[in-house]
Amino acid sequence: MKAKHRLIVAVIVLGLLMTGPFVVTSLLVWLDMKEAERGMLTNLLVSRLPVGTMMTLFGFVIGVLVLHKLFKQYVEGLLRMAETLRLMLGANRNFRVTIEGPPEVQQLAQAANDLAQQRDALMDDVDSQIAIAKASVEEEKNRLAALMSELAQAVVVCNLDGRILLYNNRARLQFKALSQGPTSVAGGALIGLGRSIFSILEKGQIEHAREVIHQRLIAGKTAISNFITTTRGGQLLRIQMVPVLATSPGEAAEVSMSGYVLTVENITRSIEEEERRDQALHTLTQGSRSSIGNIRAAVANLLDYPDMEAELRERFLRVIDDEVAKRSVVIDQTMSQFSDAIKTRWPLEDILGIDIIAAAQRRIDDKLKLPTKTEEMDDALWIKADSFSLVFALVCLASKLQDHYEPRELRFRLTSSGKLAYLDLIWAGPAMSSETFYTWEMEAMQVGSETSPLTLRDVIDRHGGEIWYQREKAAHRAYFRFVLPVATPELEQDQEERTRGKGRPEYYDFDLFKFEDKSIDLDRKLSDLTYTVFDTETTGLEPSNGDEIIQIGAARIVNNRLLRQETFNQIVDPEIPLKPASIPIHGITEDMVRGQPNIDVVLPAFHEFCEDTVLIAHNAAFDMRFLQLKEERTNIRFTQPVLDTLLLSAVVHPNQESHKLDVILERLGIAIGKRHNALEDALATGEVFLKLVKLLEDQGIVTVRQALEAAEKTYFARVKY
Amino acid sequence: MTKKILIVDDEPNIVISLEFLMKKEGFAVAVAVDGEEALAKVADFDPDLVLLDVMMPKKSGFEVCEALRADPARAGLKIVMLTAKGRDTEVAKGLAIGADAYVTKPFSTKELVAMVKAMLGVA
Repeated sequence: MKAKHRLIVAVIVLGLLMTGPFVVTSLLVWLDMKEAERGMLTNLLVSRLPVGTMMTLFGFVIGVLVLHKLFKQYVEGLLRMAETLRLMLGANRNFRVTIEGPPEVQQLAQAANDLAQQRDALMDDVDSQIAIAKASVEEEKNRLAALMSELAQAVVVCNLDGRILLYNNRARLQFKALSQGPTSVAGGALIGLGRSIFSILEKGQIEHAREVIHQRLIAGKTAISNFITTTRGGQLLRIQMVPVLATSPGEAAEVSMSGYVLTVENITRSIEEEERRDQALHTLTQGSRSSIGNIRAAVANLLDYPDMEAELRERFLRVIDDEVAKRSVVIDQTMSQFSDAIKTRWPLEDILGIDIIAAAQRRIDDKLKLPTKTEEMDDALWIKADSFSLVFALVCLASKLQDHYEPRELRFRLTSSGKLAYLDLIWAGPAMSSETFYTWEMEAMQVGSETSPLTLRDVIDRHGGEIWYQREKAAHRAYFRFVLPVATPELEQDQEERTRGKGRPEYYDFDLFKFEDKSIDLDRKLSDLTYTVFDTETTGLEPSNGDEIIQIGAARIVNNRLLRQETFNQIVDPEIPLKPASIPIHGITEDMVRGQPNIDVVLPAFHEFCEDTVLIAHNAAFDMRFLQLKEERTNIRFTQPVLDTLLLSAVVHPNQESHKLDVILERLGIAIGKRHNALEDALATGEVFLKLVKLLEDQGIVTVRQALEAAEKTYFARVKY
Repeated sequence: MTKKILIVDDEPNIVISLEFLMKKEGFAVAVAVDGEEALAKVADFDPDLVLLDVMMPKKSGFEVCEALRADPARAGLKIVMLTAKGRDTEVAKGLAIGADAYVTKPFSTKELVAMVKAMLGVA
């Protein structure tokens, strides 16, 4: 029963109490009286009735007032306090009960406030502890991720379902380089957080490797497994798997795997190199056998039968001459063809020539206080070098020059010719004898107190290079020329990618360890699902009137995080002329679309990118219409659920007039630099969605199904394309 | 009676030496420059021993050897294989399919002559 109703009942009871006894008594007396007595009483009472009624009413009013006052203070006051206490429990813990009302209520309020104070102190303490713990865990994770992302090996961490929890930049580049077919269109190889590793590597082999590790773990051996696999494109990958062991509570007897780490190395090149080396070896050995055999037999005959006829002798000599000439050609060819493969096996790294020179300049300045300058520098020249020994050799030469010729400064020059790089160390001074240089070449290197077991010649040999001394007579100066092999770097970091991912690395998400079933379940929480936010640029606004898609941009949201590294960005050739009026809007010109793949190629790739995710777009109906119109032609259907940030914004803020992306961005306080490019817009939409998820939760809209239903009910949903 | 030797090799530079050498040692010599010719010459010339190169056009030395060994009438024919391939797997194959000896190039002419003589029972 409501408090108000109880008050009414109380008032009625009061009324009955005040009138009831009198009325009942009167009735009993009345029934007992004779006719004459009744008439007398009526006369007596009727004349005095107003006074009695007045008095009763007066008393009743006083009673009601007292009742009301008590009700206000004790019932309503307590109710209000209860509401305030609820508020303090939930939404706003800083709220406090107002001290008011009668003393007993005030005491209660005070006690409640004191309790709240105590609770807050405890909660603050717990919160700060949690924050500290979280921060240190976060820092550790970031450190690990940063470390991983700089590793030169490609590393991928997966959970037992084969979902990717972490990968580093090298892995991304490696798989990107490998990706064949439609996925390479947008540079979006299918490596991504929460994606399955089996789309890249053979499932059977991974499972086999897991089994091997499992057996090794049981046997107490080092848990590691290696295998070599070929990709669709025929590349050879050497893969090493080590387990991620679950930290079992207590001393559980059996160690269990909760995931695995894969290091991936593309060995196609080294295998090819090995094959070439074998081939070279073969040409030089087996290939020589028959030639040498011919020569040997001819020579033996000449020696054994000195008295043979002149004509025969001549023929044998010709055999020898002929074979030796052929072998010379073979040797020359082999050397030039396989020069890379027969180089010394010292491990050389690919390094930018200017980096070597910069390092040498720093060391020379630091150790010798000798100023250095650079002349012509090929700053895009990569060389194969052992940078430590090479820099040491340069500094050592500089030191010797300083001791012998006291040059005022040294200069560096870096040029190239074919497969050879020329690194020159130049100084002005008198001519030096070749004997001197020869001794320098053969002495163990030394700079101040630092010595090296190597000679300059050793360093040069290690590089399969050469060095010589040369004079520039006209300029009155001389230089040492290092000839070094040029390298073609395998994977160059692309700068754009690096800058885009500034701040926290997004190559990992360890929370995905718990992430098992990833199929789209509409009753799962919005914050749990994987999404693809996308946007299209089109030739115009009328898909049914022949307008076409010219760009698709998309990014993924995994575990409530927008992944800026896992994007899809592709310009599409619409195969119709662009409308001049639309060019300023999307900034895409005729030149940009020509030569790009058409929608038949791009749509399958985009479909693959979206696999197993819920789609999100701003004003999704528009974009979906374009995709649907291509269904028949491409045989690609987007059947997954679609969320529209325009509609969701209308759900959250039904009284706002505009739900344009720009307006929403401003309303939600999201600062975005560049826009009106499909990818940038998709990223902005992603930011908006993440904010909207929290606001929707406040309204009790938690699951995808609820969000879809709420969106459908909004006014905007009724506007159709 | 003079023993007859058939030299089978597609390289004239070795044929000239072998031919000269074997003639000097007193053998009757015939030459074939590929596998098919070799089989024909064996029928015509009826040699006691074949010096057979492995790497040849048309039919390889292995094929010729197998064809010769498939003919029971030629059981007494000696086959010496000459090859520029020195891998032990190939030596094993040559001997397995019925060659009596397997000589890898380059070889010593003296040793070859000594071996041929021993095989033919010539002092």
